[in-house]
Amino acid sequence: MDLPVISNAPVAAEGGGCASSGCGSAPDALAHLPDEIRAKVQDHPCYSEDAHHYFARMHVAVAPACNIQCNYCNRKYDCSNESRPGVVSELLTPDQALKKIKAVAAEIPQMTVLGIAGPGDPLANPGRTFETFRMLSEQTPDIKLCVSTNGLNLPQYADEIAKHNIDHVTITINCVDPEIGAKIYPWIYWNNKRIRGVEGARILIEQQQKGLEALTSRGILVKVNSVLIPGVNDEHLKEVSKIVKAKGAFLHNVMPLIAEAEHGTYYGLMAQRGPTDEELQALQDECAGDMSMMRHCRQCRADAVGLLGEDRGDEFTMDKIDVMDVDYEAAMVRRKAVHDDIINKLESERAAKAAKVPVHLSIAADTRPVLMAVAGKNGVVAEHFGHAREFLIYEASPEGVRFISHRKTELYCAGLDTCGDGGVAAEDEPESVLERNIRTLSGCEVVLCSKIGFEPWGMLEAAGIQPNGEHAMEPIEDAVMAVYKEMYDAGKLAVPGQARQVA
Amino acid sequence: MALQITAQCVNCWACYDVCPNDAIYEDKPHFLIDDAKCTECLGDHADPQCAAICPIECAIIDELGEALNPPGSLTGIPLEKLAELAAQGLVTTELP
Ligand code: SF4
Ligand code: SF4
Ligand code: SF4
Repeated sequence: MDLPVISNAPVAAEGGGCASSGCGSAPDALAHLPDEIRAKVQDHPCYSEDAHHYFARMHVAVAPACNIQCNYCNRKYDCSNESRPGVVSELLTPDQALKKIKAVAAEIPQMTVLGIAGPGDPLANPGRTFETFRMLSEQTPDIKLCVSTNGLNLPQYADEIAKHNIDHVTITINCVDPEIGAKIYPWIYWNNKRIRGVEGARILIEQQQKGLEALTSRGILVKVNSVLIPGVNDEHLKEVSKIVKAKGAFLHNVMPLIAEAEHGTYYGLMAQRGPTDEELQALQDECAGDMSMMRHCRQCRADAVGLLGEDRGDEFTMDKIDVMDVDYEAAMVRRKAVHDDIINKLESERAAKAAKVPVHLSIAADTRPVLMAVAGKNGVVAEHFGHAREFLIYEASPEGVRFISHRKTELYCAGLDTCGDGGVAAEDEPESVLERNIRTLSGCEVVLCSKIGFEPWGMLEAAGIQPNGEHAMEPIEDAVMAVYKEMYDAGKLAVPGQARQVA
Repeated sequence: MALQITAQCVNCWACYDVCPNDAIYEDKPHFLIDDAKCTECLGDHADPQCAAICPIECAIIDELGEALNPPGSLTGIPLEKLAELAAQGLVTTELP
């Protein structure tokens, strides 16, 4: 069966393949890619929905300087293009970075990807960035490298990037129109001058586009990130998506603007709002028709160590690393064994999925889709409702299950004791946090978790969201599809629910 | 003639990399300019390079204490708004 990837039609299910069992974003995200690119991406923790449960990446903060200003960034902190605003990383020299990377790689063999993303713009720090890459290409050949940039200096360093073991580059492109750019970038530093307004934005956009072409023409994978700024570039991002895809970017990742006054950014101080979950999702869906999206990206910390979303950075501060003595040759042997194990496991999981008759084929094609929130961890329904720091939002439809987004929550539950009994921790207005969390789930009809207290259960039901604790420890996609099938069999999907906004 | 770096500096290294005279050095709590080496970029560039790339208002001043990038000049936040934000404790920039 053909996979329509150009039209706005939802991706059709491929009989029995990965697409049919809906391993998150993978089917529609990767289906359009040429084989050699798909092979590169398949086991990449940042891009492959199933691989990111097993492999890990880390970032090192070796690049402090920046050559532009973004209105969502405060330079007291790390580059907001790659991390959440307000994060400060421990700055490392290239030598320190090398030591840290070897220590982490020896300790966490799953770490296969090393990124330089900040705290400023890596290509505004060419000396420190490429010195680090040069040493890593020589000394840790089993680690893939990646780099992110605002794009201003990209054309000039495309050849240098091609020399190293760099498997992909992320460019943050928020616009292709200088008038819009002037509202996002107040100035750039270019040819020994500070250039402001539309002129600065025009140069930046030109360099980003040239850089994108320079990389794709050299066969380097390029991912594009865009920050969705309501009222500034929201409509415009559809155009951006078309253009970057035409120039060969393999993923377009739309991230929400995060703007709080206390971050001290221009947008935060001027009370520019970020998008709602619904706005973000609508735009991601709109762009998905044009281009594959990376839904499970979490805007990780620039110095995060560990599986995506989990941070073990505290185990590897410079003072601890200084006393470690890493034999990298020996570590590489151990790492290889662990990697082979994981690949075997991934392959057998993929094969098992392929062998199963997909449940969704028994659901009538005109059945309406349902959004479900999952308190999940490592690919299974694992978390207690009150302990979930985020919910994974999935859409179940007759085409299968697809991952949509993450939605962050606030922890309202203080400990297992209170919640395990069905109660709610009675600390500083727990209700209001709980209520807020329930509002985070708007649009969802079901929430899947391993356990849930009595009180949130009642409140969820009152909000029209059905709690479900029956699929604890089951793989998320299977659980979501099973619940969807139950709803279908019970006739709950016959009545048209809220109209499908996407497709 | 030489420029100076103030306590507003966030230690981002940007000026260090672009100074044509290697006049800028890392120090605690922030970067400093060696006034024996700084020429204000005369003869090398039309604009002093440290001030052309520095992202922080008021971090670089001249001998008279005047900021090369005064409040509002880099962020574009209007001065009245800056005053209001300063009153709320949200910004620390000193206003002229
Ligand atoms: S490129 Fe990154 S570090 Fe530079 S201003 Fe933009 S968000 Fe900040
Ligand atoms: S004015 Fe020029 S010479 Fe002086 S410190 Fe700044 S960059 Fe260096
Ligand atoms: S560019 Fe400005 S903020 Fe950065 S180190 Fe130099 S003086 Fe400090």
